[in-house]
Amino acid sequence: MAEKMELNEVEVWDGNMAASQALRQAQVDVVAAYPITPSTPIVQNYSSFLANGYIDGEFVMVESEHAAMSGCVGAAAAGGRVATATSSQGFALMSEVLYQASGMRLPIVLTVVNRALAAPLNVNGDHSDMYLGRDSGWIQLDAFNCQQAYDLTLMAFRIGEDHSIRLPVMVHQDGFITSHTAENVKPLSDDEAYEFVGEYKPMNAMLDLAKPVTYGVQTEEDWHFEHKARQHADLMTKVFGKVEEVFDAFEKKTGRKYNIVEEYMMEDAEVAIVALGTTVETSELVAKMMREEGIKAGVVAPRLFRPWPFEQIRKALANVKAVACLDRSSPNGALGALYNEVTASLYQNDNRPVITNYIYGLGGRDFTIDHAKEIFKELDANAKEGRPTTPLQQFVGLRGPKLSFY
Amino acid sequence: MSEMKKIKNLKEFSTSADRFEGANLLCPGCAHSIIVREILNATNDPVVLSASTGCLEVCTAVYPYTSWDASWIHIGFENSSTAIAGAEAMYKALQRKNRLPDSCEGKSPKFIAFGGDGATYDIGFQWISGCFERGHDMMYVCLDNEVYANTGGQRSSATPIGASTTTSPAGRVSYGEKMNKKDMVQIMAAHGSPYVAQVAPNKWKDMIKKIQKGFSTKGPVYINAMSACTTEWKFAPDDTIAVSDLATDSLVFPLYEIENGTKLTITYRPKNKIPVRDYLGAQGRFKHLFKPEYEYLIDEWQKRVDDYWEYLQRREEAGV
Repeated sequence: MAEKMELNEVEVWDGNMAASQALRQAQVDVVAAYPITPSTPIVQNYSSFLANGYIDGEFVMVESEHAAMSGCVGAAAAGGRVATATSSQGFALMSEVLYQASGMRLPIVLTVVNRALAAPLNVNGDHSDMYLGRDSGWIQLDAFNCQQAYDLTLMAFRIGEDHSIRLPVMVHQDGFITSHTAENVKPLSDDEAYEFVGEYKPMNAMLDLAKPVTYGVQTEEDWHFEHKARQHADLMTKVFGKVEEVFDAFEKKTGRKYNIVEEYMMEDAEVAIVALGTTVETSELVAKMMREEGIKAGVVAPRLFRPWPFEQIRKALANVKAVACLDRSSPNGALGALYNEVTASLYQNDNRPVITNYIYGLGGRDFTIDHAKEIFKELDANAKEGRPTTPLQQFVGLRGPKLSFY
Repeated sequence: MSEMKKIKNLKEFSTSADRFEGANLLCPGCAHSIIVREILNATNDPVVLSASTGCLEVCTAVYPYTSWDASWIHIGFENSSTAIAGAEAMYKALQRKNRLPDSCEGKSPKFIAFGGDGATYDIGFQWISGCFERGHDMMYVCLDNEVYANTGGQRSSATPIGASTTTSPAGRVSYGEKMNKKDMVQIMAAHGSPYVAQVAPNKWKDMIKKIQKGFSTKGPVYINAMSACTTEWKFAPDDTIAVSDLATDSLVFPLYEIENGTKLTITYRPKNKIPVRDYLGAQGRFKHLFKPEYEYLIDEWQKRVDDYWEYLQRREEAGV
């Protein structure tokens, strides 16, 4: 039996420790992992828990991220709770196996500490890796701070492992800004946390020797489409309800309320920023400031990035006049991903706001209060004019001459 | 406790329960199915299996069918080793936590990964190396047909010098493959693996002995199984065993084992050693070597085989 860890009512944890503690408390059966900045401390913390008797599962220190996810798939198919952590290039290296994991409907939890993708090489936070995962068939939850990184990691197991879902789940947090910043985190006790996550219930386990199963078959034009369609349909129809159910259960346990789409001062907002990660809290702070300047500002933040909360976004932004979608990833020849998703969602509304796109913060470039203020002011102008008063896509915080398109 | 099957004659194979069904899509005369069956029939213990992308995989698990009456997983081309290592890790974790399925009660499942030579020598090399360094309790079996047979016969790093493949074709100015075959058995022995062996399906008694030895060894076991390929080596489908005999009796595929990375034992010494020329001449992939301008390659090949045999014997004598 693993030893229990005595935790304080309030701990001072960075995002990596928050995620590591959640993995420990979930009593994961197999962690197969490979260290990479900035998620390395998750793997180190977990090793330290193991070395001190707090883990009784297997910890497989593999030779690459591709092997990490390969080992996770084998372990999950064998029939038990499985998790790992990665970032950036490691995420890219395991991307082949991400599709295998979701296609085989294996509920693995992956804590992703978001980081830029090379070249040029960069270890800091942006959302390039998160965006790389968006068509992989995983559920993607996004934490904006350390407490949320802890809470969402616990909830991820309960969402993904439910027999009506059986899909892998990523829990994202921003590299360094969350992962290496210590904040107050209120943990559950080990017993409370495990009780919340629940015991793993196997389904089609390879280790059930009485009932052999075949995983990873070949399907060509005759059946491939049906399998992919079913997975998509489950993502579109089953996940939202399950996520809400788990969010509700978590609120009952902790008082901490989560929503599929988080809204800040949106009741009467006329302009809104849509963002992910730590930028959400910066934007909220600035929205409050803008209210003092007479701009009815609000913030909308998808807690669930995949499946995309189409209806919730439509509702959250139904009454605004101007929206700015902030993408922390280079679209490399298109409008930003968040912009495209939000615009597609709002196009179905009777009220179609002016929607603009801002590319910001690549490779860990700071996104400041002044940046957010400027965006809200531009949104205010767009709202008043009823049309874009700026180019559709602008780069924020870039050196040299202003870069914009359309 | 492990339960090894007592097999005295070939007939006893035919009476064993089929965990790998004859209903599969492999070519008539394919040695893969002979090898897989010989391996699975060597033990009464339950088996948990993985396969890399390749002939064995695409021919045995085409939805909605499966040829496997044992749990089986395929992920990708490079990772059958790590897939089964993950399953083995889960077994250990659940055993420690007393949460194994009831059906595991009193059983001792064997974890076996299969891969072709492309999946083993080339694309999956790193994954296998990682699994062996970490010491998973598993057997990795390379079905070595010296070519990417599943995708139409491209060269791999197991393809021998002079073989004509679709990416190293013999042509007006080329005799085919230019590189010598990678020595995977020695590389795996160098990992300190407790047991590595080269086997051939025609020498089935030798093979069963080695497989059973592998199953009773704790830790990662590497088996290099020669798999004569009727399609890409270009011989008649009913000549598989005959060509395999030429391979083992010419010593192109010497049968030996290495324990703990150091103790080498030769397990088969042909009574009548035949010339390499006879082995090459039986296969269409080497046809061009018999042109006068390439005859020297056959002589070189003979010397290479003789030298290697000499090397194996010296190591065996020295007990290293």
